[in-house]
Amino acid sequence: MATVEHTETDLTVAMITEPAQLVDWLVIAPVALPLILGAALLMARRRTAAQPVLAIASLAVLFAADIGLLWHVLANGPAVMTMGRWLPPFGISFVADALGATLVATAGLVSLVCGFFSINSVNFIGQRYGFYPFLLLMMAGVNGSFLTGDIFNLYVWFEVFLIASFGLIILGSGQRQIDGATKYAILNLVATTLFLIATGYLYGIFGTLNMADIARKAPELRSTAPLMTLATLYLVAFGMKAAAFPLNFWLPASYHTPRIVVAALFAGLLTKVGVYALLRTLVMLFPPERSVLSTLIIWLAIATMLVGILGALAQSDIRRMLGFVVVSGIGFMLAGLGLGDPIGIAGTVVYAVHSMLVMTALYLLAGLMRRAGGSYTLNRLTGLYRSHPLMAGATLLLVFAAAGLPPGSGLWPKVMLVQASLGAGVWWLALAILVTGLLTTLALGRVFVLAFWRMPEEKSGEAATIESQDVGRGTYLAVLVLCVPIALIGVWPEPLIGVAQQAAAGLLDPGSYVGAVFPLETTQ
Amino acid sequence: MRTLIFRTMAPYLTSLMVLFSVFVLLRGHNEPGGGFIGGLIAASAFAIYGIACGVSPVRRALYFHPMTISGFGLFIAGLSGVLSLFTAVPFMTGLWAEISVLGVTVDLSTPLVFDIGVYLVVLGSLTSIALALEEREED
Repeated sequence: MATVEHTETDLTVAMITEPAQLVDWLVIAPVALPLILGAALLMARRRTAAQPVLAIASLAVLFAADIGLLWHVLANGPAVMTMGRWLPPFGISFVADALGATLVATAGLVSLVCGFFSINSVNFIGQRYGFYPFLLLMMAGVNGSFLTGDIFNLYVWFEVFLIASFGLIILGSGQRQIDGATKYAILNLVATTLFLIATGYLYGIFGTLNMADIARKAPELRSTAPLMTLATLYLVAFGMKAAAFPLNFWLPASYHTPRIVVAALFAGLLTKVGVYALLRTLVMLFPPERSVLSTLIIWLAIATMLVGILGALAQSDIRRMLGFVVVSGIGFMLAGLGLGDPIGIAGTVVYAVHSMLVMTALYLLAGLMRRAGGSYTLNRLTGLYRSHPLMAGATLLLVFAAAGLPPGSGLWPKVMLVQASLGAGVWWLALAILVTGLLTTLALGRVFVLAFWRMPEEKSGEAATIESQDVGRGTYLAVLVLCVPIALIGVWPEPLIGVAQQAAAGLLDPGSYVGAVFPLETTQ
Repeated sequence: MRTLIFRTMAPYLTSLMVLFSVFVLLRGHNEPGGGFIGGLIAASAFAIYGIACGVSPVRRALYFHPMTISGFGLFIAGLSGVLSLFTAVPFMTGLWAEISVLGVTVDLSTPLVFDIGVYLVVLGSLTSIALALEEREED
């Protein structure tokens, strides 16, 4: 019913009257595409032969859209599309700024690589239970979280990717998987409930859920409203999601149970959504509250780093060890959040991109080592250097990257974080970052020394029982493709640091973000 | 639960409930109702049929696997949002068309397609869960 003809309502008060540009659709494409294509794959669930082809084609289209969005945002500033033409804050806005677009593009690359890796590693049963539809629906949820400009909508996307990740983690319904999934599900549900409570409270205070609107109204309400409570609630809820100390125990208890490609996706993407939400709420919406909490966040960061990496040193199963390394990486990202200056936050953004790439690559590599050496435990893996020299090269690069040594991508965010902490006079944080770097070198170096350099002890007895499978060219290629940006960031970090500085500037001064959502009111 | 009375009544009850669920779905645009509650009613109809006559007659009657129905619902709900691409308005903007059928004007819209999508998603996923639980009971 075209309302214009029937009544004389002035539509310009309620609706956006300018036509939507085609380029604005890039903002919604990273969410709408995987949702629709995932639904299509769900319908074609029985055609197991066509599933991987369709899924990888979908992920490639998705990645192309992500790159288009990143390019558009970097060239023209934050891009906005408000659903259903309703004017914000009533319509739900999707806002892509430099931070969101960068993370979406990185997530797109990671999911595409995992799609390739899964061809050989997800078996018939896994496909029948819907690996690929779940993968695409999870990407819709992750991208939605990075792009939405509405805090309740952020909660909805958290739920979408959580439900898809529950599906992925129990794929195959092994007993161990159910065990891991229970811990994962309960802890995450507690965190989302806290998030929801905080959001309800926020709505009671602000009367709006649009993030740009909240950022705009916060300064007036600060003197009367309990914004400190809100900031603390969000810190706890998202800290739990991101696996920050002392709420980090669920991650190493569950990430080693699913298929290796699922673990790689989770390690690469899910905790980073928590970090992103922390940045968005604490830095953009509640900056004065963040600076009150900053000492606490810095100590949490130090504890997360050290607890994570000490846990990693104690493990002999590679997957469990990597779970602890993921936790330790969260500590680095919290460090930038605690410091809260432009360099520190840019360091956090660079670290998030680095961590998405490197953690995914390390998990996939563990899958390759399992196939080449027949085991995940360091006690049994031996002599891979001689049999798989290319794998040894990739491992060495990734170990250097994770530990923060050149030529890996981990060096630069750590340099930025150390510089920021010394600039703020927090020398003990700089010390903790350096010590954790050293311990990471030890933990992951141990993998390299034991699995690659150690000679097989008895050729007849032990080695004969380990069935060494063919590694497969496609899976190799997937890991090598991820190594390219990791090495590239290591030797030529300027473009990424530039983008990260733009993202940090956008978070610290949300003027352009607010201006993009409310174009009329800011020009008046 | 397979008493004679229940088994005789269940098919009638099921068909009535499915009919009612479609009614609730269609009136939902301006009045209480809609895709979600309609889907719940339809799913409980199939659950009743399953309890009375066993799971396999339900699966045969549905023809498609419940998860496929659910996937189709999500698919058309998503596509209904994308239609606005061709009229230069943002994602999920409601588009309306008035069609005259035998002298009666019928309003067709993308929100209706979206609601039918929601109906199918709820119907498919809940029927899938209900049938799986009922199957487990028979073992």
